[in-house]
Amino acid sequence: MLEIKNLHARIAESGVEIIRGLNLTVKAGEVAAIMGPNGSGKSTLSYILAGRPDYEVTEGEILYNGESILEMDPAERAAAGIFLAFQYPMEIPGVATMEFLKVAMNAQRKARGEEPLKIPELIKRVKEEAGLLSMDMAMLKRPLNVGFSGGEKKRAEILQMKLLQPNLCVLDETDSGLDIDALKIVSDGVNALRSPDRAIVVITHYQRLLEHIVPDSVHVLYKGQVIKSGDKSLAFELEENGYAGIIEEAA
Amino acid sequence: MNMHATPQRTAAETALIDAFGERLSLLPGDGEVMVKRDDAIEALKAGLPTKRIESWHYTDLRRLLTSVPAHDGAVQAKAIAPLLEGSTVLSALNGATAGKLPSIEGVTVQSLAEKLTDGSFAPALDPYGFDDAIGALNTAFVADGYFVDIADGTEPETPLELQNVQAGGQTHMRFPVRVGTGAKATIVERQTGEGAALVSSVSQLVLGDDAEVLWLIVQEQPDTATHLAQFKAKLGKNSKLTLFLMNAGGKLVRQEIIVDAAGEGAVFTLRGINLLAGDTHTDVTMVLDHSVPHTSSTEVIRNVVTGKARGVFQGRINVAQYAQKTDAKMACNTLLLSDDGEFSAKPELEIFADDVQCGHGATVTEIDHNHLFYLMARGIDEKTARGLLVKAFVAEVIEELEVEPVVEALEALLDGWFQTHG
Ligand SMILES: Nc1ncnc2c1ncn2[C@@H]1O[C@H](COP(=O)(O)OP(=O)(O)O)[C@@H](O)[C@H]1O
Ligand SMILES: [Mg+2]
Repeated sequence: MLEIKNLHARIAESGVEIIRGLNLTVKAGEVAAIMGPNGSGKSTLSYILAGRPDYEVTEGEILYNGESILEMDPAERAAAGIFLAFQYPMEIPGVATMEFLKVAMNAQRKARGEEPLKIPELIKRVKEEAGLLSMDMAMLKRPLNVGFSGGEKKRAEILQMKLLQPNLCVLDETDSGLDIDALKIVSDGVNALRSPDRAIVVITHYQRLLEHIVPDSVHVLYKGQVIKSGDKSLAFELEENGYAGIIEEAA
Repeated sequence: MNMHATPQRTAAETALIDAFGERLSLLPGDGEVMVKRDDAIEALKAGLPTKRIESWHYTDLRRLLTSVPAHDGAVQAKAIAPLLEGSTVLSALNGATAGKLPSIEGVTVQSLAEKLTDGSFAPALDPYGFDDAIGALNTAFVADGYFVDIADGTEPETPLELQNVQAGGQTHMRFPVRVGTGAKATIVERQTGEGAALVSSVSQLVLGDDAEVLWLIVQEQPDTATHLAQFKAKLGKNSKLTLFLMNAGGKLVRQEIIVDAAGEGAVFTLRGINLLAGDTHTDVTMVLDHSVPHTSSTEVIRNVVTGKARGVFQGRINVAQYAQKTDAKMACNTLLLSDDGEFSAKPELEIFADDVQCGHGATVTEIDHNHLFYLMARGIDEKTARGLLVKAFVAEVIEELEVEPVVEALEALLDGWFQTHG
């Protein structure tokens, strides 16, 4: 589903290269975990997948279902089924959460040639999903993410993901800022999306999340490259010994 | 070149003076009113204001008013649906009142043409201070309008809509409204039309003690029209005036807001939205006097600037020495969406009292690219996402009005504007 080949990318403004020859393949049905120390380029990779204009791809390719997405803008990628759950979801004053959900869901439906959702149907679906994530509907009356706690923002991201039903889900440190109970609720939400025709990329620091969302593959990102890949036992190894050994081994 | 020579009259100045000669015998008014008209045209003969006059610094009317259309009595203007459903509509079409006067309990409505001849109106035509070009233009040419009196303690069941619709030529209207002690009303002022008209319109509100008014000015002239308007209000004790202004059209627009918080405990709220597009010039100039103790005001102006549009907000707050405990806050925020657009904000506080709380702020921002990315990352195309963010920027001041039908009607206008200009 996702094939990243020899990807090089830099910060558009400064020209500083962050991703330096990264290779990664994730198949449909697979849950891939990306781990790595702070500053290794995990969030940058997630932004590049979503098409954030702050980064420039200088070399390499990103194929999604066999086709390059590099020329697509963020909205086109999202409509094609790519979803990024942000590490730091943005607060957008003045845009009502419900209105935003309606516009986003209908934009994607339109791009797929489907009829817009009627308001009662929309509200019903939002209520259902919000209930599963133990979210208060009153929160959704507020402007998007404004005044949400860290944990509430993460739940709101998962709520959006479940409503939009993407094919490729990229979760950037969704576990940070969540207590144990919230982690369980959010993980259940993600697991509910596991399916043979969907791929999930989980970016995390900690083994903890991977106890709830058990990955099929684990990749270690360091200085903009995948330096080691393995199965879920690699995550245990990292938890035990830290990154130092693997970094040395790769050097 | 001699800088001090009286400059030659511009084409517009000449046209106005000629028009006065032609129109005078047709304009209504008793003897005193005619004297006021004459004084007014004399003031105009001295020349339209230029940028050298402080209050017109950003709107050089003499330079910007390049032509004046002839009066055209033949054109037809059609009444429009009211902003708020169920309103009592007082329409003025192409410069004259139209339709029969409504009968509402406790509300007296007269045509201004009639009022101008009853021997009582001349004092209301006195100019406001110096450089009152809009007042003078209107006084010289005003042909009609509505005089509305809402009796003490009355609360009309329906909103009242003053509808000024032009179809080209010249339209000069006046809307004096008196709201009695303890009375309460919602008044909508619509300024619109389809022609390349020169419009002058003056609204004069006198608010009695404990009275409460929500006044909404919605200006949607076409981008060929010149719209010169004045809103004057005098606030009684413990009265409340909320003025909402939306400028969403016009080629050359100046809306003056002149408010005297003259009664203790008076509260004035101004919320304004300027939606500016094309090659247009829009000026909102406010002069607010806090003349007695314990009055308060807040002003929030939000501007969206696209194309080559130029906008101006001048907000002057005068706090008299005796007006202790005044509380005044003013903000002007601009979202600049094009490199060719511009907005000038000039707040001015003249404070002679020492125990007051006054402040002001002005910002100019662009669309936040991070916000735009976030919305697009959810599949919302760039145009729609920008629209959402721009609308969010101005909708905040609409939502503050809190009256559901008012908020909905204004948001619908916003949506309409974004659909044609987004
Ligand atoms: N827009 C940006 N501007 C400046 N530096 C950036 C930007 N994006 C990423 N970086 C830098 O790139 C490196 C990788 O960052 P990031 O992708 O956030 O790492 P991770 O998510 O793995 O912690 C860091 O050194 C970070 O400071
Ligand atoms: Mg990160």
